[in-house]
Amino acid sequence: MAEILLEVNQLKKYFPINGGIFGKRVGEVKAVDDISFFVNKGETLGIVGESGCGKSTTGRMLMRLIEPTEGKVLFEGKELTNLSDGDMRKMRKEMQMVFQDPFASLNPRHTVEKILEEPLIVHGIGDKVERKKRVKEMLEVVGLSSYHAKRYPHQFSGGQRQRIGIARALMTKPKLIIADEPVSALDVSIQSQVLNLLEDLQEEFQLTYIFIAHDLGVVKHISDRVGVMYLGRLVEITEAEKLYENPLHPYTKALLGAVPVPDPTLKKERELLTGDIPSPSNPPSGCAFHTRCRECMDICKTERPQLEEIEPGHFAACHLYKKK
Amino acid sequence: MELSTQKDLQPQLVPEEDKVVSPWLEAWRSFRKNKLALIGTLIVLFFIVIAVFAPVIAPQGINEQMLSKRLQAPSGEHWFGTDDFGRDIFSRVIYGTRISLWVGFLAVMGSIIVGCFLGIVAGYYGKWVDTIISRLFDIMLAFPSILLAIAIVAVLGPSLKNALIAIAVINIPNFGRLIRSRVLSVKQEEYIMAAKAVGMKDSRILFRHVLPNSMAPIIVQGTLAIATAIIEAAALGFLGLGATAPNPEWGKMLSDARPLLMQAPWTMFFPGIAIMLTVLGFNLMGDGLRDALDPRMKN
Repeated sequence: MAEILLEVNQLKKYFPINGGIFGKRVGEVKAVDDISFFVNKGETLGIVGESGCGKSTTGRMLMRLIEPTEGKVLFEGKELTNLSDGDMRKMRKEMQMVFQDPFASLNPRHTVEKILEEPLIVHGIGDKVERKKRVKEMLEVVGLSSYHAKRYPHQFSGGQRQRIGIARALMTKPKLIIADEPVSALDVSIQSQVLNLLEDLQEEFQLTYIFIAHDLGVVKHISDRVGVMYLGRLVEITEAEKLYENPLHPYTKALLGAVPVPDPTLKKERELLTGDIPSPSNPPSGCAFHTRCRECMDICKTERPQLEEIEPGHFAACHLYKKK
Repeated sequence: MELSTQKDLQPQLVPEEDKVVSPWLEAWRSFRKNKLALIGTLIVLFFIVIAVFAPVIAPQGINEQMLSKRLQAPSGEHWFGTDDFGRDIFSRVIYGTRISLWVGFLAVMGSIIVGCFLGIVAGYYGKWVDTIISRLFDIMLAFPSILLAIAIVAVLGPSLKNALIAIAVINIPNFGRLIRSRVLSVKQEEYIMAAKAVGMKDSRILFRHVLPNSMAPIIVQGTLAIATAIIEAAALGFLGLGATAPNPEWGKMLSDARPLLMQAPWTMFFPGIAIMLTVLGFNLMGDGLRDALDPRMKN
């Protein structure tokens, strides 16, 4: 049995909606509503879902860049949610983040050297000479050259910038990397380069990834296990092959059905979704998906299904499988 | 793909001699192309040189009175003529440059420092701190600025130093609000989130990331504010609330010359021209800086 690196229990984030002249709380957006999962050491957990389903919020809550409303995050058995700000800052040495937009995530007024050196300075690693040396090494590791160190971010292409973002995340030798849509802002031709780089780095440094994306193809390529989110809830989580071959939750089926097949002659049975995503400030009762689900039953409208192990290692939150 | 082959994929477009273009250098390049801004800068530099070398340039002292030569028109001996005490106006205007530039520069520095501090605190910490500071700015901005300055000088007593303080105070809300809005927008940038994710302290994020990225509009606004401050100092001097009697402050010289306007117009003309030129210089330079530095103006 693999060792668990990160465990998330009943994590919630409700953003308040303030209104009126006194800024009274008039409602809340349930961005992330009671999700639990775990990540094994050395694996890649993909998290997919439509925009606005709370996957980025989840990623940020794991690092407490956004404070969770409720719930627990255990990293190597250590509870993160009740750490002081100072202790949490030190913990961030062990878990780093790669951001979506490589044009926005690098400070435009700092040279690459400064950007990469800063994590080391902040965590007090090495002296000046060692730090500079490590910056140059890391640039080579991510496929850039050491002479790039003196340049500014605007002198690089999107793919190169994302490599810098990855290098920055690796500087403190973290155990966990949370990659928040790291390739969705890149050209398709560059995407595979960056994905391959991520895979190579995982092998080289024994990294664990949480890979957030909305592109099922990308997730399938890189993930060991995949979790599917809908409206702030985790609806299904299992190994990547199982999910793609035998999806259980109707939402997962619809999502996979929407993936274009590169074969024009192949007629596929597709389950297309109708309607829009309901507002997370006023989610449907019971199962959040029941408004768009084809196999909706009466119980779905009243009772919220819990994530249960339907088959070994295959969890889904759906009433369809409960009776059996 | 192997790690080693990754490197080969990088196009080797850049020769070994790597050119580093810092954001400041880039701004200078676009500034250099702006003719008007260059003229403004030259005017400003010209006045700075005059201020620094005033004792060398001025033919006479500021208080040397030659009552036999009262109210003489401009001539080879007295380029700008003489005033009703027989003092050389050319020399007084030159020494006046020192006063005006100092007042402009110091007052603006003062309001930038205080305004930046308040603006950063308000913008970064938000909530009730922001409410209190922002409402304070609103209250100050509710008064016409020159009226507020007059009130402050009235309380402190008329002198050049108090005029400077008054000008600094009335400009605080402008800078405060500017930096607050910059901090609010920079705070949302992903690289600030990234800095947090790396594990940086708030103070480091503020001074190494937020502040440097908020500097450009402050520099622009600061240059333009020096021009306004010079006018305000002259206005206070004209009203008798700034520089006192023998000081060759331009505004004060204008007000002293007012009764002589019909009789000896040069007593008023040259200090007036001096004010106009410095203010014009700073404004042109400020406009040029805004075009070069402000990202919203780009593209």
